[in-house]
Amino acid sequence: MRRAAILCLALLSPVGWANPPDPFNSPQWDFVHQRFLKAEPYQFDGKVKVEAPPEAEDSLNVPIAFQVEGLEQVQEVVVVADLNPIQQVLRFRPKAMRPHLAFRMKLQQGSPIHVAAKTPDGIWHVGGVWVNAAGGGCTLPSVGTSSGDWTKTLGKVSGNVWQRPDGSNRLRVRVMHPMDTGLASGIPTFHIENLNVLGADGQVLAELDLFEPISENPMLSFDVANQSQFKLEGRDNNGNRIQAEVSP
Amino acid sequence: MKHLWGLACLAFSVTVQAANFEYPFTPEQVAPDTYVLEGKTEDFSKENGGFIVNAAYIITNEGVIVIDTGSSRRFGEQQRALIEKQTGKKVIRVYITHHHPDHFLGNQAFRDVPIYALPETIQAAKQEGEMFSNNMYRMIGDWMRDTHLVPPTQTAKLGTETIGGHDLEVLAFQGHTHSDLVLFDKTTGVLFSGDLVFHNRAATTPHANIQQWQHSLETLLKIPFKVLVPGHGKVTKDPAPIAQTRAYLVWLQTTLQEAAASGLDMTEVMATPIPAEFKDLALAQSELRRSVAHLYPALEAEQLKPAKQAE
Repeated sequence: MRRAAILCLALLSPVGWANPPDPFNSPQWDFVHQRFLKAEPYQFDGKVKVEAPPEAEDSLNVPIAFQVEGLEQVQEVVVVADLNPIQQVLRFRPKAMRPHLAFRMKLQQGSPIHVAAKTPDGIWHVGGVWVNAAGGGCTLPSVGTSSGDWTKTLGKVSGNVWQRPDGSNRLRVRVMHPMDTGLASGIPTFHIENLNVLGADGQVLAELDLFEPISENPMLSFDVANQSQFKLEGRDNNGNRIQAEVSP
Repeated sequence: MKHLWGLACLAFSVTVQAANFEYPFTPEQVAPDTYVLEGKTEDFSKENGGFIVNAAYIITNEGVIVIDTGSSRRFGEQQRALIEKQTGKKVIRVYITHHHPDHFLGNQAFRDVPIYALPETIQAAKQEGEMFSNNMYRMIGDWMRDTHLVPPTQTAKLGTETIGGHDLEVLAFQGHTHSDLVLFDKTTGVLFSGDLVFHNRAATTPHANIQQWQHSLETLLKIPFKVLVPGHGKVTKDPAPIAQTRAYLVWLQTTLQEAAASGLDMTEVMATPIPAEFKDLALAQSELRRSVAHLYPALEAEQLKPAKQAE
């Protein structure tokens, strides 16, 4: 009854109409909306499906996957962890592949993970999950930096391509990189900033902006059409280039 | 209205009960001189206070031998008080089977008693104990109050030793962790397997090596025990829990390997349906999710090939 009343109020109030409340009740949602969605119109939408375990077993490597189904021409997908000290996780612009992505991230504490997909009408469609975590993931040095052996493998790419039962192909790549957040004492921020996936002919299939919360040695899974030869191009915030060719 | 009052009273009584922080210990005699405090086959929670593990004790002529001290200071203290009240004897020795927090964070209550463990277990308890106990505060809350890390103090020697009329054999295995102590009481035929064996509860794998674990289970089957005390789940007089743990680990390993070979990402593997054979294992789906986090990264990396790269 009370819920129904609140719902009515929300429908009547123009503010409630314009800015639907966050289903996770995140104290940071308004800020996230202002800062990362540029205060543009949004709606919570079940078409943006986000998968993550309810409990993070390893706060340094929390697996997240999203799939946007039934929305045409997704321009950009933004992932934000509301309660992380660095909130923005990644931005993904699928040019010629499905708006699906799987990756791993660092969590400093339990947090809602919001995934917002923008359609050509300028509306953000938002989905999310809540992940509980023991935390501490963002303020720890990377394994590579603390062991000192990251220089040997920096920017090295490995990958593979699989045919999936639904006829699409799955591209998985791992790029060796410390992805230091800058929040561990005495270790400056050092992370991959851009990563583009191209077809063998040079056509850009997707663009990715990665931020500090992405886990060390990022592991990414893409759902592509039926291509099986790919190029990966990118760079980190120190200007180191990433260039590789991945095939099955 | 009456109904509401009933609810309010119920809520109140639950709060009061939890505020006492009394573990519901009921010692079960499993063999002559041998008792087990059987924990629930649940995950850690503020309701169970971490009583999710089997702790045991053997009453000998010289005094009482304790096997594992539970999840918290309160656990160890209440376990010791119960033993001393029931037996009128002193605790003379503690064995810790491995370094997971539900098995040794009660050590604080046994500071004046020699606490035995395998050397790698002592080292791992020192290294990871603080992290474990911090996480335990998050999971079971005030049950953990004033719990401090007390690593085992004595190195357990392999082989048989007679204590107070009981011939006790210490065996060293690997697989659940890097070092898993198993205690075999040859006098009563009771095998204390620690977490190498789970019974009707999905196995946990944060430090597991499945291949070594399988090998250890094969060896355990050759021991002529009459009673099996698993780390979690009901005590039995047959080796069925060993077979169950083996079968679960085979399924887990095969599932993860096949998933990696088909290019799945972690969240997809975590959603694998649990087969009918393991439906009755408590926590099967949540332990599968945890095991994916522990074991999948190495398996998926094996499926990747170095890309062609400009040097």
